[in-house]
Amino acid sequence: MKPKSIAVVGAAETTRLGKIPDVSVIGLHADAALNAMKDAGLKPSDIDGVATAGISPVELAHYLGITPTYADGTSVGGCSFMLHVRHAAAAINEGLCKTVLITHGESGRSRVGAGGFGRAPSSLMGQFEMPYGVTSPPTMFTIPVLRYMKTYGVSEADLANVAVIQREWAAKNPRASFKDPITVDDVLNSPMIAWPFRMLMCCLVTDGGGALILTSAERAKDFPQKPVYILGTGESVETPMVSQMEDFTSSKAFRVSGKKAFDESGITHADVDHLMIYDAFAHLPLYGLEDLGFVKPGEAKDFINERNTAIGGKLPLNTNGGGLSYMHSGMYGMYALQESVRQMRGTAAAQIDGAKISVSHGVGGMFAASGTVIFTNES
Amino acid sequence: MLPEPTPETRHFWEGCRDGELRLQRCTDCKHTYFPPRAFCPKCASREVEVYKASGKAILYSYVINHRPRPDMGTEPYAIAVVQLDEGPRMMTNIVGCPQTPEALVLDMPMQVHFAKQTDEISLPLFEPAKG
Repeated sequence: MKPKSIAVVGAAETTRLGKIPDVSVIGLHADAALNAMKDAGLKPSDIDGVATAGISPVELAHYLGITPTYADGTSVGGCSFMLHVRHAAAAINEGLCKTVLITHGESGRSRVGAGGFGRAPSSLMGQFEMPYGVTSPPTMFTIPVLRYMKTYGVSEADLANVAVIQREWAAKNPRASFKDPITVDDVLNSPMIAWPFRMLMCCLVTDGGGALILTSAERAKDFPQKPVYILGTGESVETPMVSQMEDFTSSKAFRVSGKKAFDESGITHADVDHLMIYDAFAHLPLYGLEDLGFVKPGEAKDFINERNTAIGGKLPLNTNGGGLSYMHSGMYGMYALQESVRQMRGTAAAQIDGAKISVSHGVGGMFAASGTVIFTNES
Repeated sequence: MLPEPTPETRHFWEGCRDGELRLQRCTDCKHTYFPPRAFCPKCASREVEVYKASGKAILYSYVINHRPRPDMGTEPYAIAVVQLDEGPRMMTNIVGCPQTPEALVLDMPMQVHFAKQTDEISLPLFEPAKG
C-alpha cells in the first residue's frame, strides 16, 4: 500500500475489561463497535465494510444493522485484526468500500456465548499433536522455548524479567488487570504451569473487546479525532502445528510479516518510538525483538535486561502492560493495535512523549500466523 | 484423544500399529518429510514413496505439563518434540525416563517405542536410546 493513504479515525475498547459475566461474545463486539463509532462520530449506516474474527462478519454486520460492500472474515488467531487492517487498507484504496469497521469481542474468562476449544481428531493437529496431551496454549506455544534457551543461553530468570518489566508499565495503566509490582523471584516462585513456564510468564484470561474504524487519509481530516495514519503493513502464516515450525528459535511468519511492513513503510528501526509485540507468553517479546530486526538473534534477553524496553528506555515496549498484565481475552492483537493508536493520538495512560511512529506486531495461533502494522501521527 | 487417520495418513498409523515408523520421501528431490501428505512439500512432486525410518532421534525441545489433561493421568508429563535421524521433527511423549528437567536433557539420543492404545492405534512414543 501507499504509506499514509489510509487512517484510523475511530478506536475504542469495550466499556469494561476483565470480568464481564453479563455480556455475551457478540455483545462485546457490539459494545466495542458502538464505542468506536461514537469516537468517530459515525452511525452503522455510515459503515460500508466489516471485518472480524471469532464470529462471522455476517453475524457482525447483521447484529449492528450494517449493509457492507466489503466483508473480511480472516481468522488466523490473535493477529487477525492486524491482517484486517492490512486488507481494509487495500480494499479502501481499491474502491471496494469507504469506511471499514473491524471488531473483536471475546468472553475468554466468563465464556458467555463462547464456543469450545477443540480440534477434529482427523485434523493434522488432532492426529499429530493432541494424542500427546497438549491442552491449551500454555502447553503448545511454549514447546519451542527450551531449544531457544539452549541455543542462546537464555535463563528462566531472563524469561521472568520480561513479565517484571511489563508489570512496571501496567502499574501506570488504571485499566490494567494486574498493577502491583512483581520481582523476578515472584515470577520464579509462581505456580508451575508447563516447565519452564510459571504462571506469571503466562498471559491473563479475561473478557473484553475492541474496534477500529478506517477510512482514506483524504476523508480522515474531517473526523473528530486526530487521524492515525498507516505507514506499512505485513502478514504471513507458517504452520498449524507448533511442532512443525521450521526454526524453533525464530518465527518465519514474524520475519516475513515484519520485513514486509518495514519495507513498505520506508522507515528504519531507529525511527520507531513505540513498539507493541503480542505477548501471550514471556518468550514472545524475545522472539519478536529478534525476528523484527530490532536486535540480532540471541540479543533480546540482554536488550530487555538492560531496560531498553522499560519505562525511560529507548524502545518502550508493551506500554499497556501487555497480555501478561493488561488483559488477554484470547485474541489479544486488537489491544496491541488500540495501544498503538492511543500512543499516536497522545492519549495513552503511559504516554511516550513525542512518539511519532508505533509498530504493532501480532501472533496468531502458536507461531502459526503473524501480522504487523506500522502507524504514524504525521500526515 | 486418539488420532483418526485420513486416506493421506493411513500408512503412518498402520505402520505404528505394525511396529514401524514410516516416513515419506520424494523420489524426485529425495526430501524426507512429515506429517504425511500425497506430495513433496519441498518441490510439489507427486512422486513420493513410503519407507521405514530408523526410529532413532534426539530430544529437540519439550515442556513438562503440570496441569495434566484428564485422560493423561494425574502426574506431570513431558510433551516433547524429537528430531528424527532422517530429518523431520514430531511431537511425542517420553517414556522410560523420569519426567523431570534433570532427566530430560536436550539432544539426548532417543528411540521410538510404540504404545498400543487400541487394535488400530499405537502411538509412536520415544524412550532414551539403549546402548
